[in-house]
Amino acid sequence: MSALSAGLRKLPRLTRRRAITASVVVVLLAAAAVWTVRSDRSDWTSEDLRLTVSSGPAGNEPVDLDARFYLPADRSGKVPAVLLAHGFGGTKNSVSSDAESLASRGYAVLTWTARGFGRSGGEIHLDSPDYEVKDAQGLLDWLATRPEVSTDAAGDPKVGVVGGSYGGALALLLAGQDQRVDAIVPSITWNDLNKSFLPQSAGTDATGVFKKSWAGLFFGNGAAGAESAVSAQLGGGSETAEGGVGGGAAALDPACGRFSAEVCAAYLQMATTGIPNAATTELLRKSSPATVLDKIKAPTLLVQGAVDTLFPLSEADANAKGIAATGTPVRVAWFTGGHDGGEGPTSDSDRVKYLTVQWLDHYLKGEGEVPGDDFTWSRVAGFSALDRGLVTNGYSAQAYPGMGGTGRTQISLTGSAQPIANPPNGNPGALSSLPGLGGRLSSVLSGGVAMDIPGQVATFTSEPLTAGVDVGGSPTLQLKAASPTGEATLFVKLYDVDQNGASTLSAGLVAPVRLTGLPADIATAAPITVTLPAIVRRIEAGHTVRIAVATSDQAFLTPAQPATYTVAVEPSLTLPTLVGTPIADPGTLWWYALAGVIAAILLGLTVVILVIRRRHRRRETSVIDGYAETPLVVDGLRKAYGDGFVAVQEIGFKVERGQVVGLLGPNGAGKTTTLRVLMGLTTPTAGEIYVFGHRLVPGAPILSRVGALVEGPGFLPHLTGYENLRAYWQATGRPWEDARFDEALEIAGLGDSVHRRTKNYSHGMRQRLAIAQAMLGLPELLVLDEPTDGLDPPQIAEMRRVLQRYATDGRAVLVSSHLLAEVEQTCTHAVVVNKGRIVASGLVDDIVGDSPSVQLDVSDVPAATRVLEELGVRSVTPEGTHGLIVDMNGTARSELVASLVTAGIGVDRLVPRRRLEDAFLALVGDNSRGSGDR
Amino acid sequence: MSASAATGYRASRTLPIWAEVRRQASRRRTQLALGFMVLLPLIILIAFEFDTGGPGDEDADGGGAFSSIADLGTSGGLNFALFCLAVSAGFLLVVVVALFFGDTVASEASWGSLRYLLAVPVPRARLLGVKLIVAAGYSVLAFLTLLGSALLMGTLRYGWGPLGSTIASEIPPAEGLLRLLGILAYLLVTMLVVAGLAFLMSVLTDAALGAVGGAVMLWILSSILDQITALGGIRDFLPTHYTDAWRGLLSTPIQSEDLAKGAISAIVYATVFWGVAFYRFTRKDITS
Repeated sequence: MSALSAGLRKLPRLTRRRAITASVVVVLLAAAAVWTVRSDRSDWTSEDLRLTVSSGPAGNEPVDLDARFYLPADRSGKVPAVLLAHGFGGTKNSVSSDAESLASRGYAVLTWTARGFGRSGGEIHLDSPDYEVKDAQGLLDWLATRPEVSTDAAGDPKVGVVGGSYGGALALLLAGQDQRVDAIVPSITWNDLNKSFLPQSAGTDATGVFKKSWAGLFFGNGAAGAESAVSAQLGGGSETAEGGVGGGAAALDPACGRFSAEVCAAYLQMATTGIPNAATTELLRKSSPATVLDKIKAPTLLVQGAVDTLFPLSEADANAKGIAATGTPVRVAWFTGGHDGGEGPTSDSDRVKYLTVQWLDHYLKGEGEVPGDDFTWSRVAGFSALDRGLVTNGYSAQAYPGMGGTGRTQISLTGSAQPIANPPNGNPGALSSLPGLGGRLSSVLSGGVAMDIPGQVATFTSEPLTAGVDVGGSPTLQLKAASPTGEATLFVKLYDVDQNGASTLSAGLVAPVRLTGLPADIATAAPITVTLPAIVRRIEAGHTVRIAVATSDQAFLTPAQPATYTVAVEPSLTLPTLVGTPIADPGTLWWYALAGVIAAILLGLTVVILVIRRRHRRRETSVIDGYAETPLVVDGLRKAYGDGFVAVQEIGFKVERGQVVGLLGPNGAGKTTTLRVLMGLTTPTAGEIYVFGHRLVPGAPILSRVGALVEGPGFLPHLTGYENLRAYWQATGRPWEDARFDEALEIAGLGDSVHRRTKNYSHGMRQRLAIAQAMLGLPELLVLDEPTDGLDPPQIAEMRRVLQRYATDGRAVLVSSHLLAEVEQTCTHAVVVNKGRIVASGLVDDIVGDSPSVQLDVSDVPAATRVLEELGVRSVTPEGTHGLIVDMNGTARSELVASLVTAGIGVDRLVPRRRLEDAFLALVGDNSRGSGDR
Repeated sequence: MSASAATGYRASRTLPIWAEVRRQASRRRTQLALGFMVLLPLIILIAFEFDTGGPGDEDADGGGAFSSIADLGTSGGLNFALFCLAVSAGFLLVVVVALFFGDTVASEASWGSLRYLLAVPVPRARLLGVKLIVAAGYSVLAFLTLLGSALLMGTLRYGWGPLGSTIASEIPPAEGLLRLLGILAYLLVTMLVVAGLAFLMSVLTDAALGAVGGAVMLWILSSILDQITALGGIRDFLPTHYTDAWRGLLSTPIQSEDLAKGAISAIVYATVFWGVAFYRFTRKDITS
């Protein structure tokens, strides 16, 4: 039972403060839990479907598509729909997060896995108008039948088409083939596949250079039907074509995979020779939006990436021009990303998302202003502060300037005609980009990848730029080339070279050039205009521009035969510049927030200070006039600690001017606690202390009239005694001459030791220094706690004289001690405390004066006791083996001795007792454990 | 009517700031901390001299801001100073700030001199205020000493040039110096969290070492939690989440969003910690 209660006592007591803290913590935890649960609640619903549509040239070839239909959870009435197409190699799952966010914005979203991918049936026809586009038309039919989807007319759903890359081209082709589409947002997609896979940057009609690495990646992707490099890079998971689910998956042709026979044959033919035949050209042309641009009536938002060696910015430019030619609203946005750069920095993907939603909201929902035709783009600003990515700054211009920029700068190049070698089979080959590897955006843009092979490259450089140039668009130059075979395949690149010689091939973009009909001698070569891929880059002042003309590039198919060409460029390089207004960074809002936070803190601080000042002023005026000339009045003081221990029960006494008052009591009687309260270190539970009539609270200015030594000295160990006293007096902020330094030092009596560091002092030296510190400025009330602790007898005697002298001049001293003799010899008045209460107080002389009792040492204690009791004394108490303490009750001491002697009892000793000792011993003798152990 | 205070005593004049500055200046730990701020750039400079330019450092994937700062460390005085700041921002400066703020009240308590200051009487709020200002002053001085000595040594050894970076453009020397001062200022702002925490612990405990160590340990804990991406959005509220945002000052134009967020976070944390410290100290019983 007692063990149990002891255990219970060890538990923290339930105080009000603890209860409040605990409940606050519980409420916060509950709020966090609720918030977590709530944020998981989705605001959309989805269902997986398998839709069968009929496609093919005759529209009679059914295909089974794996689809998912999202609906906003809290819709009222019918909502417009969005057809969300995935990229090459992806599935409906690749776009799930975009679908979810569109659905939560109030759109019915239909995603599906394109034919030939994932769990859908059919074969890949490369966005063929007869297959993939017809599939999508079937999906539009299906959407029109859904009761949740709003319609323009019967069978004509209100629908937008959104997609990237493969899905973006589908959006364009579908909008060109089916007028039911109301808005499209195609991103990072192509205009003409012939140009994309066979790019030709020179102004000639010759077929371009086969982009073998990207083409191979795509083909491998569709053929494998498995998790692929392209889909992995462009985000989203993909799923394998499991046997039995898809149409063609069960019997995969190892050469063609899930590609249709025509597409497979076209690839094999083109990849083998590098020159497409008529059938291949026709197939790629049919799959290109370029053929249907004039039929697109749906407002189009074109988003293209500046870090894209597969479908560079020029593809979107061609699309934009073609669509705008018929008067259809077109808007273009560029971002720092693409097939090489990925989604780009957050600021860019946020901007693209915002533009997309704005476009759809207006053209599908009819909400919001007409989106302007202003053009936005972004440029790299530097490393992200928090992760290893890049950050970009957004800019906007009034209108889309195309590939020519808003202005142009001419830069002159120097460099003579140089011979360069074409390596057999393109090996070794220069490196410009790493298609499909999805390298870090920063490495693509900071030029860590690009590499030229000596002997295969001719360079032409500019002087260091005098001012920075914001390049935005396609640089152009004039190239001259000579070849012994009459033909040459060249790659023209623009490097940004900094002062240290580090060169950067912006975004890894190169201009492939295939020239025919060249002379053998450079002198007779005609200049040909080469349009480099569009870049967005600031070339800083002091940097140079280097044009490199190389014979090989690992991303392209180059002639197998070795040859040596001679190349030269005309001095003039045209750089299109792009100047716009920076898009307001939403980050500036945070600076306003910061200013608000600081203002709120300052305001709060001011209010707190004002409130405290007012409270102080009220407090400082309270003076008890009756006590104004009394150095110290302690009234009904009580101190109970938080754990229930009561150190001071009730103590009250006065110290008048001229008095040396001793506070006497055993250890733990409550002396030090009383002094702590007196020094403002501890707040009392009840009762008041007045110093010269001023109520004493922690930090009250009246404390400046009190000098104190409480609970031992406290010095800065690294300072000398002298420096310590000086530092203390500096802390008071009072004038130097008031300190009475010399008198204090004399009292300390440390001699030369005062210039030693206090950490080397003995206990007594520190004690003396502390007393000197307490006397600095000769305070009117001196409070010393056990002042003689550690002093040797001569010093104690000296200290007594000092204290007695100190109190003569109207000042007062309060000394606490547990030594009776010390109080008796030093003090004029004494207050005896025990167990937190006063047991005696008054003049020392009064207390010490003869008391009615004596101490006797006798030879026979029992006999003596009998004799004394007969005498009629008040009490007889045995003490020790021979001692007796007798309360005489008026009986003369001589009579007492005579009676004992007469009774034959030997009296060894007779000592008159004093009252103070009586009182003190009564306390200590009864319970020597002291009150601290209660 | 008796005088409410001794002649010459005014609460607003107690513990003058210069008195506290001198109290701290004479301490060995202050001198050591400031001295190390001069020594560190020297040590780094000597370490750089051991670079033999050998192969094996060309880690292709080691990109990112830090390696670019390290690579460019020897390209000029500004870059050298930047490197010195970058290597000390994570831990050394935290310890220094925690030392100045965590030790200031707790050491007085452990010496026993706190009760004599309070009996002067120095008002408790004033005592904390002066201690806070002086600790902040020494922290700023330490930071400036580090930057100044690094700039001096770096410029003497590597010359005066623009502040380079591998990704963004070079920053001309004059503006680069301003950027460095901006970085220093931001680091100081983020250190407000440490300052608040250490000061609060200094008030709550009498053990100076406990206050300093506790603040540093909580800082490290927060840094570790910040590495755990699974915590998601909660990390934004960690006091150390924005400590690296000073890198935004290296790009052109400056990325200031995270700087503002970091400053808000640090100021709010410091206000809370200091507020609790003042509330607690002005009410508690001094038992030292």
